[in-house]
Amino acid sequence: MTSFTRWLVPLGVAIALAAVPLFLAPYATTTMTRILVFGLLAASLALLVGITGLPSLGHAAYFGVGAYAGGWFAANVSAQAPLSLLVAAVAGGIAAAATGWVAVRSSGVFFLVLTLAIGEIVHQVVESWESVTGGSNGLYGIPATTVGGAPVDDVAPLYWFVLLAFGVGFAALWLVARSPFGRALRGIHDNESRMRALGYPTSLYKYAVFVIAGTVAGLAGGLLAAQQRLVTPEDLGFTTAALALLAVIIGGAGSLWGACVGAALVIVVRDALGPTLDGHGPLLLGVVFILVVYLMPRGVAGIRLRRRPAEPDVAEPEPVPSGGVRR
Amino acid sequence: MVPAWFDAVFVSILNGAAIGCLLFILAVGLSLVFGMMDVLNLAHGAIFLAGAYIGWWVGGQSPTWAGFLVAIGIATLFGVVSGGALSAVTEPLRNRSHLDQALLTLGIALVLAELLALAFGSDVRSVGAPPGLNGAVTILGNAYPTYRLALIGVGVVLAVALWLLVSRTMVGAIIRGTVNDREMISAIGIDERKVKLAVFAVGSALAAVAGVLGGPIYGAAPGLDATVLILALVVVVIGGLGSVRGALVGALVIGQIESLGRALFADATSFILFGSLALVLVLRPRGLFAAPGVAAR
Amino acid sequence: MTVSLTCRGLSRDFGALRAVDDVDLYVGPGSRHALIGPNGAGKSTLMSLVTGALSASSGTVRLGDTDITRVPEARRARLGISQTMQHASLFPSMTVAENVLLAVQRHGRISPLPRRHPEYTARVGELLARTGLDGRDDVGVSGLSHGERKQLELAVALAGDPRLLLLLDEPAAGMSPAESARLVRLIEELPDEVTVLFIEHDLDLVFALATEVTVLHLGRVLLSGTPDEVRASEAVQQAYLGAGRTEELFWSEKAEA
Repeated sequence: MTSFTRWLVPLGVAIALAAVPLFLAPYATTTMTRILVFGLLAASLALLVGITGLPSLGHAAYFGVGAYAGGWFAANVSAQAPLSLLVAAVAGGIAAAATGWVAVRSSGVFFLVLTLAIGEIVHQVVESWESVTGGSNGLYGIPATTVGGAPVDDVAPLYWFVLLAFGVGFAALWLVARSPFGRALRGIHDNESRMRALGYPTSLYKYAVFVIAGTVAGLAGGLLAAQQRLVTPEDLGFTTAALALLAVIIGGAGSLWGACVGAALVIVVRDALGPTLDGHGPLLLGVVFILVVYLMPRGVAGIRLRRRPAEPDVAEPEPVPSGGVRR
Repeated sequence: MVPAWFDAVFVSILNGAAIGCLLFILAVGLSLVFGMMDVLNLAHGAIFLAGAYIGWWVGGQSPTWAGFLVAIGIATLFGVVSGGALSAVTEPLRNRSHLDQALLTLGIALVLAELLALAFGSDVRSVGAPPGLNGAVTILGNAYPTYRLALIGVGVVLAVALWLLVSRTMVGAIIRGTVNDREMISAIGIDERKVKLAVFAVGSALAAVAGVLGGPIYGAAPGLDATVLILALVVVVIGGLGSVRGALVGALVIGQIESLGRALFADATSFILFGSLALVLVLRPRGLFAAPGVAAR
Repeated sequence: MTVSLTCRGLSRDFGALRAVDDVDLYVGPGSRHALIGPNGAGKSTLMSLVTGALSASSGTVRLGDTDITRVPEARRARLGISQTMQHASLFPSMTVAENVLLAVQRHGRISPLPRRHPEYTARVGELLARTGLDGRDDVGVSGLSHGERKQLELAVALAGDPRLLLLLDEPAAGMSPAESARLVRLIEELPDEVTVLFIEHDLDLVFALATEVTVLHLGRVLLSGTPDEVRASEAVQQAYLGAGRTEELFWSEKAEA
């Protein structure tokens, strides 16, 4: 691909996205806004799961922390445009920094359990800290974001506002994934012990990417607060984390774009079928999980084996050097 | 003369012990499935909840001993069958990642929990203790629910029985060997699939029975599955995968944290829970009583 | 700058098993030092103690004058210790060039922003040419032959201009005679500043390359000396077979295992 065509596709997508409110009905535009918010969350999770190989079950925690922080800031301090989003991103990053150091010390099944526990515990904190979060009623009364004094509350301007922030967040993720740092993350995904032997302090790298992903998830949370003007504990609950993971998996592992496409599918299905399911959405979600695991092994397995299948005849790295202890 | 705070703390410690015993029954199955078969079974909490609803449905509304025992019997059967089913459905994923197995059992957990919600509604179903245990006894001047004391007793008996099983019997030797080195079972000519089936069946039966036993304390309500699953996972991680002793110690510790934490610092319980988890993992990254071989995975 | 490696009283226990037992090892600056001994002698464990993949139960490891016993593996690598690992440990989802690039880029700043590094590309090309992989840049690891994987492994290990190069994985094992000959030439051509410690079962190769040989047996050093001394040693022969050809000895336990 020439560099011209390489830029043409993203440019075309960007133009098409920007034109959405001109062609779609307000309801559909609102759905698109929701997709962008959720897509940014899914893309930040894809950086962790698909690129670094850290399967987090608790990523919604940082999304929710960002949403509450951004919403609270807008309601109590200032709703001036980028401020609440910045607060949301920083809050997500701080929450990830505060909890992630425990998670990245572990690996494999421990990482799953720890991130799940972190997510649930943050969820419980939000439910019980009523004076700030509004408890299980949620944080409501969030004012519309203002740009230069004018509130952004119409469907189309709100969409453009979210699209712009999405673009910034997505570009940040994309740059990280394409950088030497991102290449090191893929190396950790492939073979962490070899990376250590090459001189990469892998725990530090995993911690750094955990915080980066948490920051972008926090930004997405800030967008959620700006769009919904209401944040509930549900938004950082396990269902949200599971949906984001589902989007990453459907989208094909290791692809930030794919995660956004997956997010679009998840949101469309949820919004279209949600009302008809009478509050039993998790039933559908559960069925989808079961089907995806069985029917899309490539989609799921691809999380481990990106692009090319691993060679079958090379053994896993030995956990214990064989010289001394092999029978 | 005992100060007033002593009574509160004393009752809280007893509560913690009762919760701890319940958590032990729940977590030991999860720990064995985890440690022996290397499968993260996220449906464990949903099976607990199913047990709780069985307890309510069979005999919880007008408690009788017959109803209580029948409920335990049905829950055991349900646990064995669903454990067998879980073992069968995770079999095709044997060589896939932990994430795949976790997602599958998560999907099953969501479906099961929603089916329970469809069948029993979203109200909290409170369950009475069987006659004779539904009163209170006076200990050191404090009235304390008899049922919770009985639960502590059941927990102690089960802990001793499991400890004897694991440390003294052939079955126990197989369990310990498998936790250390999963290849071992097939190496000594035992069908690994049968062991997996058995471990899943026993573990799930314990979870369902824990649901019945926990009924008079927690009742049965949507969302309970996630709460107990997280507690059980924290217990397993603190105690170390596949360790019965670890599950017991972890459960008792978490029971006390839950109970004392809620009594003294209601808002901070979650932080304390996470803090203790973090502390244990910093000091002992594989849990307090991890089998040496587990570290290699 | 040429460095030496000094191990003093180095031990490592696995439960009740002492895999490396009170080992003293001196690898002089610029030497080509072979570590030999039957399977189970503790060679790989000893290497892991040097790289930092395992921590020592007791004893010290020094690189030149620096005590690195408690230094984590990644920092040891940045001090100039480079290794090829067992089982050709590569990055299976990446191409040949990307594998080497990962090792090359570690010596610059790891930027979180994409940028072009023509000097990295040149360096990767040079390393691939040196290890006989030129023209294979864009092949995936799964498309490589066994011998090529070992060449790539070596290219990755050489990327960091190591001061101490550890070849853990019997570099010549599974190689064709031609590949093996190229490997010998490559190691011979390494600048004198590089100190090399390698594990090898092929005694012809050991005696062709090594300036020093250490024989490990049951976790202990049986003998350390020049190739001639080792070849002539009654102790080495006695300890293994009682008598007979040394070569068979080194294979005997492998057959058992």
